[in-house]
Amino acid sequence: MNQTYLNAPPEETARILDARIPPGPLERKWTDHRGHVPLVSPANKRKHTILVVGTGLAGGAAAASLGELGYRVLNFCIQDSPRRAHSVAAQGGINASKNYQNDGDSDFRLFYDTVKGGDFRAREANVYRLAELSGAIIDQCVAQGVPFAREYGGTLANRSFGGAQVSRTFYARGQTGQQLLLGAYGSLMRQVAAGTVTMLARREMLDLVVVDGRARGIVVRNLVSGELETYAGDAVLLATGGYSTVFYLSTNAVNCNNSAAWRCHKRGAFFANPCFTQIHPTCIPQEAETQSKLTLMSESLRNDGRVWVPATPDDRRTPSEIPDPERDYYLERIYPAFGNLVPRDIASRAAKRMCDEGKGVGSTGRAVYLDFQAALERLGRPVIAERYGNLFHMYEEITAEDPYSVPMRIYPAPHYTMGGLWVDYNLMTTIPGLFALGEANFSDHGANRLGASALMQGLADGYFVIPYTLGAYLAEWRPQAISTDHEAFGQAVTEVRQGIQRLLEVGGKEPVRDLWRRLGHICWERVGMSREAAGLSAALEEIRDLRKAFWQELGIPGGQQELNRSLEMAIRVADYLEFAELLAMDALHREESCGGHFREEFRTPEGEALRDDERFSYVAAWEYTGDLQRPRLHKEHLTFEHVQPGQRSYK
Amino acid sequence: MSTQSMSFNLRVWRQDGPQAPGRLVDYKVVDISPEMSFLEMLDELNVQLTRRGERPVEFDSDCREGICGMCGLVITGVAHGPLPATTTCTLRMRHFQDGQTIEVEPFRAAAFPIVRDLVVDRSALDRIVQAGGFVSQNAGSAPDGNAVPVPKDDAENAMDAAACIGCGACVAACPNASAFLFTSAKVSQLAYLPQGRPEARRRVAGMVRQMDLEGFGNCTNHGECEAVCPKEVSIQHIARMRKEYWKALLG
Repeated sequence: MNQTYLNAPPEETARILDARIPPGPLERKWTDHRGHVPLVSPANKRKHTILVVGTGLAGGAAAASLGELGYRVLNFCIQDSPRRAHSVAAQGGINASKNYQNDGDSDFRLFYDTVKGGDFRAREANVYRLAELSGAIIDQCVAQGVPFAREYGGTLANRSFGGAQVSRTFYARGQTGQQLLLGAYGSLMRQVAAGTVTMLARREMLDLVVVDGRARGIVVRNLVSGELETYAGDAVLLATGGYSTVFYLSTNAVNCNNSAAWRCHKRGAFFANPCFTQIHPTCIPQEAETQSKLTLMSESLRNDGRVWVPATPDDRRTPSEIPDPERDYYLERIYPAFGNLVPRDIASRAAKRMCDEGKGVGSTGRAVYLDFQAALERLGRPVIAERYGNLFHMYEEITAEDPYSVPMRIYPAPHYTMGGLWVDYNLMTTIPGLFALGEANFSDHGANRLGASALMQGLADGYFVIPYTLGAYLAEWRPQAISTDHEAFGQAVTEVRQGIQRLLEVGGKEPVRDLWRRLGHICWERVGMSREAAGLSAALEEIRDLRKAFWQELGIPGGQQELNRSLEMAIRVADYLEFAELLAMDALHREESCGGHFREEFRTPEGEALRDDERFSYVAAWEYTGDLQRPRLHKEHLTFEHVQPGQRSYK
Repeated sequence: MSTQSMSFNLRVWRQDGPQAPGRLVDYKVVDISPEMSFLEMLDELNVQLTRRGERPVEFDSDCREGICGMCGLVITGVAHGPLPATTTCTLRMRHFQDGQTIEVEPFRAAAFPIVRDLVVDRSALDRIVQAGGFVSQNAGSAPDGNAVPVPKDDAENAMDAAACIGCGACVAACPNASAFLFTSAKVSQLAYLPQGRPEARRRVAGMVRQMDLEGFGNCTNHGECEAVCPKEVSIQHIARMRKEYWKALLG
């Protein structure tokens, strides 16, 4: 590959992808589809082995539900227990169109808000199904014993969240993700006890085995012994989350990575919209170079907190010394209709703009205030403590400042990735038999995800979508049994082993963590909150240079046949060095701004994102064509029949 | 951003495998900033070890914001270190003295075999949950979320118990290596909620039986578990579990 490749425009579309959206009116599609797909009989379900990779909300819910139906499920977990999956860290809540508040919510309104919030880059049919299933998720979780917040009358409580004018968010203090995950974990443990699910913890998927064009197995590394293990099955469900850690510093857990998805991509699964990354507006600002991660402060804080900066640049006074008239409550000023509750992409960019204008606060000048003074005066400390106590505690632990008396300092940070493996309506990737669920797929959030929607999507996919669509796939195909003796397994293991060997043989001194940090720096500066053509082209070259350095300088003490975190991390970073190019290339090719993808060249006079529906109302699905080869772009054209794309206005 | 730099004398437990002999090894770490978390300090130690070609210290961690429960070290004799209501990953170095000697050991218990260095196997806790720590509820069969009202206080009490992150600090701190606090948190959460009642007896009997089978010790009311619990789960839940247990036995 050469410079020509790096700067070349993407070649003409090779294929128009068919999402296999069922016919019929929007609100009947899912019901009719469910009613017409072929079924697997109860007696035959136990003959099918399903490999579920990941144990978060999507993977855990899928494994449990498939176990309940009687499938033989093998569930792979990268941590020591499925209860650790990073869904656990989601704080604020989960949306559902229950309309318990009588404030005008409906399936259609949740659908509409989600399509609009995603800046008209999501697939209508998927989003409607998501809205339609949202209520059943709440019912399921309540029945599992999830201790949602309640009103005094004993009914479920709701709160508001960004991008919506109704209260549809259900929550369990600031630990909603934890409680929903533990609900799914309980159901999963029940199936483990029942013998339908086998839990394989401390395993990391490193390859997909494709036989006769279908996904038939996986190669995993046992993270304790270092052994490469193979597992065969009739379908593979990937629920391995997103790729925010390509930025090194993100709100994701340190084990979150993109390797399983990337290796499926290399085996033929198209990767869709990688440049749609979400930068969450309310995170604790970075303080030191050595930091290992960034911590999110739930978006729910924006319900009662007011965001502001000093009205004049370079104001170094402490917040209490700045009187109200000299403060700029910029979200309330610019977006009076939604105020502090504008969607995440809007809030993040506004914060960046304020800091770029020199109004940023804190020692680095890269932070804005989130102030609870007014809410404390209005509601009193006990109410605020009940709503956000654990978040305030977490903030104080990290910053040594008390948010009850000093406003929080916040700044945007990488948090979620809307892009992921391309899937059709049935959640199947371009490899038959390989399904992608939750954050690992791309379909429901378009270019920007609304708050409290990730938990909803993960659980919808796991509890209520995949049990039907997987059954339909198996019933139509009727697979023959396969064992890991098949030569494709041996071949995949050899390739994985050689890849690991190459990493161990580099023989340099550079710790992988430092190399990862360097990659993160490039991605954050060039492919982060704002992007422009020159920077993206530079990023492609810098990533390539870093890749060269990685393969010369990397040092991994220890070997393959043992617990070796440096090796685990090196495998992930090596994959990220390849993936980061695709990320930058996708961002370069999409010559418009939409949602989380903001190109400096394409903005309105007020600085808002400027979409180009003429040219870019499609899903960009990239096909891997070989290392150092230009990936091939395929398109799924988006049609909007129920929501008219317009300039998103939150003013 | 602080320019202050700290250094520490670490005494870290190193053990190559479950059967290998272990020992405390002395390391000096320099250039540590007070804002760093305890695990970032260990990351820094590992960077320094890697540069010298030595084997880094293995320890578990994931979310690094105190909610996943994967991390956990005994820091100079105290599970999760000196600060109350804190996990190892959220403990900052500003709570230590510059130049201090700090002992770093794994969570020790017969039921938590050492995997390597500071990494232990806590799968026994999963097996306790498998013995009944759930509501038998298949996806698709749930009634409307508001069909059964739950008094606000009950929901709050259930949430207090459900805050458990399953880190195992309670076991590591207990002189008997008892898992009573962990087990009781789940029993109590589901006992407070109407959804948990139908299986209450089976649940507590099954979970307590599994707890014994895994080799966890009994509870003799030391209260060390509550003192180290990063989520402040109260030993009142142990009292509640005992009540539930007797109800199940006499039932």
